[in-house]
Order: sequence, then C-alpha cells, then structure tokens
Amino acid sequence: MAILEVENLSVSFKRYTRGFKQVKSNVISSLSVEVEEGEIMAIVGASGSGKSLLAQAILGILPRNAIVSGGIKYGGEVLTPPRQRALCGREIALVPQSVNSLDPLMRVGEQVRTSVKSGNAAAAQKEVFERYHLDANVEKMYPFQLSGGMARRVLISTAMVSGARVIIADEPTPGLDERSVAEALKHLREFADSRCAVLLITHDIESALKIADRIAVFYAGTTVEISPVENFRGNGEELWHPFSKALWRALPQNGFVPIPGSQPHPDDLPSGCLFAPRCGMASAECGEALPDMRKLRNGSVRCIHAT
Amino acid sequence: MEKSRKLAIFLLLKVLRMATLLAAICFISFLLVKNSPIDPVQAYIGADMVNVGPEQREQIAEYWGLDEPIMLQFSHWAGALLSGDMGTSMVYREPVADIISVRFRHSIALMLAAWILSGIIGFALGAVAAMKKGTLADRIIQWYCYTLASTPTFWMGLLVLMVFSVWLGWFPIGLGVPAGVLTEDITFSERIQHLILPAVTLSIVGVGNVALHTRQKLIDVLGSEYVLFARARGEQGFVLFWRHGLRNIMVPALMLQFASFSELFGGAVLAEQVFSYPGLGQATVEAGIKGDVPLLLGLVLFSAVFVFAGNLIGDILHRLIDPRLREERL
Repeated sequence: MAILEVENLSVSFKRYTRGFKQVKSNVISSLSVEVEEGEIMAIVGASGSGKSLLAQAILGILPRNAIVSGGIKYGGEVLTPPRQRALCGREIALVPQSVNSLDPLMRVGEQVRTSVKSGNAAAAQKEVFERYHLDANVEKMYPFQLSGGMARRVLISTAMVSGARVIIADEPTPGLDERSVAEALKHLREFADSRCAVLLITHDIESALKIADRIAVFYAGTTVEISPVENFRGNGEELWHPFSKALWRALPQNGFVPIPGSQPHPDDLPSGCLFAPRCGMASAECGEALPDMRKLRNGSVRCIHAT
Repeated sequence: MEKSRKLAIFLLLKVLRMATLLAAICFISFLLVKNSPIDPVQAYIGADMVNVGPEQREQIAEYWGLDEPIMLQFSHWAGALLSGDMGTSMVYREPVADIISVRFRHSIALMLAAWILSGIIGFALGAVAAMKKGTLADRIIQWYCYTLASTPTFWMGLLVLMVFSVWLGWFPIGLGVPAGVLTEDITFSERIQHLILPAVTLSIVGVGNVALHTRQKLIDVLGSEYVLFARARGEQGFVLFWRHGLRNIMVPALMLQFASFSELFGGAVLAEQVFSYPGLGQATVEAGIKGDVPLLLGLVLFSAVFVFAGNLIGDILHRLIDPRLREERL
C-alpha cells in the first residue's frame, strides 16, 4: 500500500513584473508520484526541475505566495494543512539539501534532541551519533565547527531520531566521501526496510541506482517516467520516455552523449508535451496537450509515442 | 590560554584606538573653538566688560597667553588636560570635572531608563511584527514606528508635557527636583516623578528604530534555511521563535542597542532642554549658548568617551555571546 501519494500536484507562484502585471509561473505541473511501504523511490532530474519544491509541498512549508493544487495523501488520507502541521517532523521527516539548515547558534546535539518527538531524547541522540560515527564531543559543537560531512550526518540524524515513517531526503549525500555516501545510503535502505519509506531526491543517478526500488524521472516540474530500477541498464532500451533515455545516455559510463537545448523556464513552458521542443520523436500531436501519465508494463510514462 | 591572550590583544587595540580618537577629537574641537566667534576674554568677564579698557583687555590676553602661537596654546591646554585639570566652567564657576560628574548622575538615570524601556518595548514590538508579517498587527506596528522614527524629540517632549503635566497634571512640569525644597528634604519618589516624563519621551522616540531593526532582522532569520528546516520538523509559532528566532536576533539586537549611545546622548540634549532637566544635555546647551569654552570641550570629550564605551561594551558582549567568536574552530 502506498504510504505517500502525490496526485496531479501543481505548484505555481504569482509574481508581479513591471508595474502591476501579474505573472503566474508553473514550477510543478500535474505531478504524480507515490511511495510504498518498504520502498525507496528516487526522484532524479536536472536542477530547476522542481524536486526540492515537491518536498516543501508535501511538508506544507512552501513560501506564502505559492499556489498549490492537486492532492497529497498520507496513509490513504488527504494531507490537509492542519494534518501537515501535525504530521511533519513526526510522521514525515526531511533531510534537507543545505548544510546551512542547521541553526548556526545552537549546539548540534540539541538540534538533534529537539527532533525527537517521543521517548528519551538524550539517549536517542547519543545512539544515533554513535551509529553515524560522530564523536561524543560533537554534540557540544556548533555547526561552524563541523566539517561538511559531519554536518550532513547530523542532518540525517535529525530525521532518523524523529520516529517518522517517511523520510524525504533532498540531496543527502553531496560533500560526503565515498565511504560515508555508501553508509548514508545503507542507513536509508535499512530505514526503508523497517516498513517505512524513503523519497530520495537526487541528481546522482548512480547512487539512486544502488539503493532505490523505483526511479521517477523529473523534467521541467513534472514526472516523465516512473520505472523500476532494473530498467535502467544497458543502452536504456528498457526506458520509455525519450528524456529518460537521453538522461541515461548522458552519463559518463553510458557514452556521455549530450542532448541539445535546455530545460524550459517555468515562465515560458511550451504547450503540450514539455519535452517536445528537444525531442527527436516529436510530432504535431505532441504540441497539442500535456500527455497524461499512463501505465506501461511495470511502470508509467508521460509520452504518447512510448510503447 | 590562547583565548585570554586574544582577548588581551583585542582590549589593547581598543584602548589604543580610543587614545588616538580622543587625541584627534581634542585637536579638532580645540581648533574649532579657537576659530569660533567666541572671544575668550569677553566670555570670561561677561557683563563687566564695560568696565574693562582696551589696555586691560590686552593685558589679560597676554597673561592667558592668547597671543602665543596656536600650537603652543594647544599644548598648554592638552598638558593640563593630561594632568587631570579640565579647567573651570565660566558659567557655573566650578571645576568642569565636578559639573560633569554631578550632571552625569542625573543624566545616566534618565538615559538608562529610556535605554532599557525603548530596548525592551522596541524588541518586543519588532519581534511581534516580524512573526505576524503582513497581518494587521504588523501594519499597525510599522505605521507606528515610522511615525515615531520621523518625530523630533523636542516636539514629542512638548506634546507629552502638554498632555500629562499641563492638562492631566499627573507629573511636574519640569526640573529634576521640586522647586523651593532643600536638597536634603527631597525624597527618592520625587526624583522618580521628575524623571518619568523625560524618560518616557526619550524611549518613545527610541522605540521606532529598535522595533524596525528587530523586525527586519527577524524577517531575515525567518527566511533562512535553518528556519525552513525547523518548520519541516514541525516547529511553529512561539516554539520556533524561542528556539531559533530569538537566539539569532539577540546578538545583533544587543550590538545595536549599545551602538545607540550616541543617539541616546543626542536625544537627551533635546529632551532635557524641553523639561529643564538638569543633566548633561542641558549643560551642553548652556555651555554652547553662553560660550563656556572649558565646559564645552569637557563635554565633547566626555560624550566621546561615553559613546566609545557603549560601542566597546557591545563589541565585548558580542565576543562573549556569539559562539562563532567565542569558541575556537576545531
């Protein structure tokens, strides 16, 4: 059963440009993704594809001028703003992207302890620090005294001690050495295996491949394909969406083939399929409407030509 | 060990800086007074000037060394100053150091009261406005602060005086103590009564600045990544403010508060004048108007030390409170 479901989510921002002209920019459009119990769902895509905003939308911490439509369900029930306030930090925890997410004037031990929602906070913090190879004296330190890698491990600790069932990890590994990356990923895997779930937001496809069960490919604020991790192999023959294939082939070990053009800006989205202007398979039909996500064998895809 | 050595160096540098600052202020203010239209002989003799002939006048000038080169005059004055002699006030006929110490005792009560009141009220208003940004409460507080920030102190003083002393009669109209009462008969509560209105005036005017600065700083903090992450962990409202907001605006607020000594002194000059409150500010105005050069120079130096002390305390507190300066990088 899906613990967390996002259905047709759209996020847009109202801005004023030149005087009083109002511009609405769609940062996320009709996005659907869900994560099952015991599963790691990886979300990969270029920066600016709306990955971090998805996390903020789920947790209900989007900026005030954001307009959200569509549905988010947690445990089968709609995640309304009051439920979001009650659940985030308790049932759904975030591992943020930036090491600046630690309060610069609070000792890191205390920051981890305040994330503990039930039980003995001090014991939980000591245990998680031990698990992440953080010395006992680290709890008395301030963020500026930590190395980037230590700060990341502290951030992961805050999520681990919270007792949440879903962790949204937003780029949890940059700045870590190889061993620590492997370890952090292992912990996320263990976390998911204990009947919880992880939404892993990353642009590091290789790491995602190592631990994820399914991978959702993001492009310009929406999902273009959700496929089981097994499909990401060889020359990308088993991937369906042209963008997924292109992304796969752009990896150094898969030929390093770039595709021309760049992701459209949220203010200036093409009508119809968002990838059509850069797509080799595009036809007149592609420009008519944004294709719906449709099921295809063991995954789903947003392309009318995929078979 | 390393830490205390660092602090010693820091303090030594500050003392050195203060010494150079004072030397420069001495020199510049001496030159300014020297080139002002005040004639020292006339200022000294005052109304008796009609009885003094031109020859006598020249003799006095010669006796005082007024015909000597300006640098020599300066070195005489600076030498006396270094040995602790600030001269004698021409208006009060008392040593300048004595006048300043008596006046300062009156003023410090006034300034301290205003400083604490405006600090606390301004901080609270600014914090509320930032936490409720965009709401009616925020708009009212902002409107109030902008109004106050653009209100002249003397005008506010007159207004307060009219309302509370003249119309309502709750407070005495002016002075530091009741008129016509022997010094030993004045009670503490009478002194407080005379202090309240000028202190309130000074703090009302100070609140605006403090509140607007606090609001802006807290809005910056609330937009930071660590507050976003705290929200993601379910913190909101007062808990969020207490854990992350307060902590992060406390240091800049304290720094600002101690850096505001100069505005406080400037405000006190005006407020004391309106309330005829016998403090340093009033003495400054008197000395300026009546051409009391020794007192004026003494006050200039004293206020420089006062403002410098405020900044120094702020700096030291910053080093003690902020862990980024307090604790060594590992």
